[in-house]
Amino acid sequence: MRFGGLAAVNDFSITLHPGELVGLIGPNGAGKTTVFNMITGAILATAGRIIWQGENITHLPLHAITARGIARTFQNIRLFSDLTALDNVMVSFHHKLRAHLWDAMLGLPAYRREEHRMREESLEILQEIGLAHLALEKAGALPYGRQRRLEIARALATRPKLLLLDEPAAGMNPQETMELVELLRDLRDKYSLTILLIEHDMKFVMRLCERIKVLDYGNSIAEGTPREIQSNPDVIKAYLGSQRHA
Amino acid sequence: MVGGGRMDRVRRNSLLNLMALLLLAGILHLFGRYGTDYQIRILNNMAIFITLSVSYNLINGVCGILHLGPNAFIAIGAYTSAILTMSPMEKQMNYIIEPLMWPFSVLNAPFLIALLAGGVLATFFAFLVSFPVFRVRGDYLAIVTLGFGEVIRVLCNAFQGITNGPLGLKGLAPHTNLWWSWGVAAVTVVVISKLVNSSYGRAMKALREDETAARAMGIDPFKHLLTAFLISAFFSGIAGGLLAHLITTISPTLFTFFLTFNLLIMIVVGGLGSTTGAVIGAALFAWGGEALRIVEQPVQFAGLKIPGIPGMRMVVFSLILMIVIIFARHGIMGRHEFNWDWFFRGGNRAISSR
Repeated sequence: MRFGGLAAVNDFSITLHPGELVGLIGPNGAGKTTVFNMITGAILATAGRIIWQGENITHLPLHAITARGIARTFQNIRLFSDLTALDNVMVSFHHKLRAHLWDAMLGLPAYRREEHRMREESLEILQEIGLAHLALEKAGALPYGRQRRLEIARALATRPKLLLLDEPAAGMNPQETMELVELLRDLRDKYSLTILLIEHDMKFVMRLCERIKVLDYGNSIAEGTPREIQSNPDVIKAYLGSQRHA
Repeated sequence: MVGGGRMDRVRRNSLLNLMALLLLAGILHLFGRYGTDYQIRILNNMAIFITLSVSYNLINGVCGILHLGPNAFIAIGAYTSAILTMSPMEKQMNYIIEPLMWPFSVLNAPFLIALLAGGVLATFFAFLVSFPVFRVRGDYLAIVTLGFGEVIRVLCNAFQGITNGPLGLKGLAPHTNLWWSWGVAAVTVVVISKLVNSSYGRAMKALREDETAARAMGIDPFKHLLTAFLISAFFSGIAGGLLAHLITTISPTLFTFFLTFNLLIMIVVGGLGSTTGAVIGAALFAWGGEALRIVEQPVQFAGLKIPGIPGMRMVVFSLILMIVIIFARHGIMGRHEFNWDWFFRGGNRAISSR
């Protein structure tokens, strides 16, 4: 991926297996979010391919990729601030709506049934994520940690098979972070998700992820289990700078 | 709260809506019978403004798109319906410089068909411009739509063979009465409220709040913005037809950017994004426009005679708009909507959860 003269992501390849919990780490500016943006179609990759379940989705628009079962959260929270938490989640069900516009405009039973079902399922997700009691609050008025969780709820509501989380633990205190580890494991098992996440909190990543991929200056420099990564000299160099020995 | 309570509330609210409509019909009937021409004129204006502002608010308030060309769709609706309701005889009398082009010269239709045709043609034009319009966003979109509004006005001036150019069309039959104008207004409010409160409306609001996030949640922006744009254009076109047959004379000068600007005042004062606000804004504008005529009358003050200044009303309107924007940015309603539950607040604002 090139932005003008800058190659943000140069040599990167990752294969995700169903049900995996994979971490994507790297120093600031390594190109992690750009990888997410390319996978979800938020930006179009200038080179390379993205294959999803045997289909080349490299040049599909964002909403079409979501419809194929890839959902994401954002590093800088991007909720629909003026809508309620419940509405935020219900929006994600819209792309699966079968009722036509006129069904909705005339309030026909076909539409009303679906609306009811969307509402029930959204409440269920909010319940699961621990936000049911805040369903009617405006998303923008929620505390920061709750907003992060609501983003996960909203992404889950698109019924993804692959969930991309961009720094889900950012700004959370240690206890909230540990709760998040449990939550993500539960969600993965319950919805049989594959999760790829970006995170700077190493404790969180090491505890949660089964496999870790390290990115630096747009190139993958290492891949392996948390234990392997922790002792990989290239990774240490990328994070701490090279150590000169006499 | 259990599910049954919710259904009861829905039923109660529908009943109240129906009663409100009947009450409105009663009031209209009384005015139709005993009201002066002047009062009836204001009420007709009010209904047309309500139709226009509610459909305009769908784009600017709900979708969050700064669209500055509704005057184009109003003009298209007005001219289409006017040309259709005029008899061939009237057409010959109107088009003195250049005769009306065939087949428009022989087309003739009843008022309802003419109104619908105006709406449909406005929708068609909206569809054509939507492709360039929705390629851009923000200020750029505002400029493109503003340009479109001007283009249509200039075309109305230029195509003498169709629109009779700057001479305009005179002596249209005064078909618009209280029932037509308020009937259309009621239909517009009901249809657009239903849309806004549906899943489609939620998707439009999501696009307003954050387009990238909305797309990431599977919302196709073009499809939803286009839907809103077409519906808005349809009702604007119909309102244009009503306007033409209310004032019975139309010319391109009626459909300048000024008209758009007035609509913008209505929806901003009422509260961008609120249908209720759009209704209130339009009603206040129609009523206030007349009530403020006193500021244009000559005043006798302490022996001094100040002559009336025509156009003073618009100065006052601009001041009101500025005050609203500075001190009450969210308008009268903000983004809230009228809700019968306000009157029945018994602590059951809680959500129905099992």
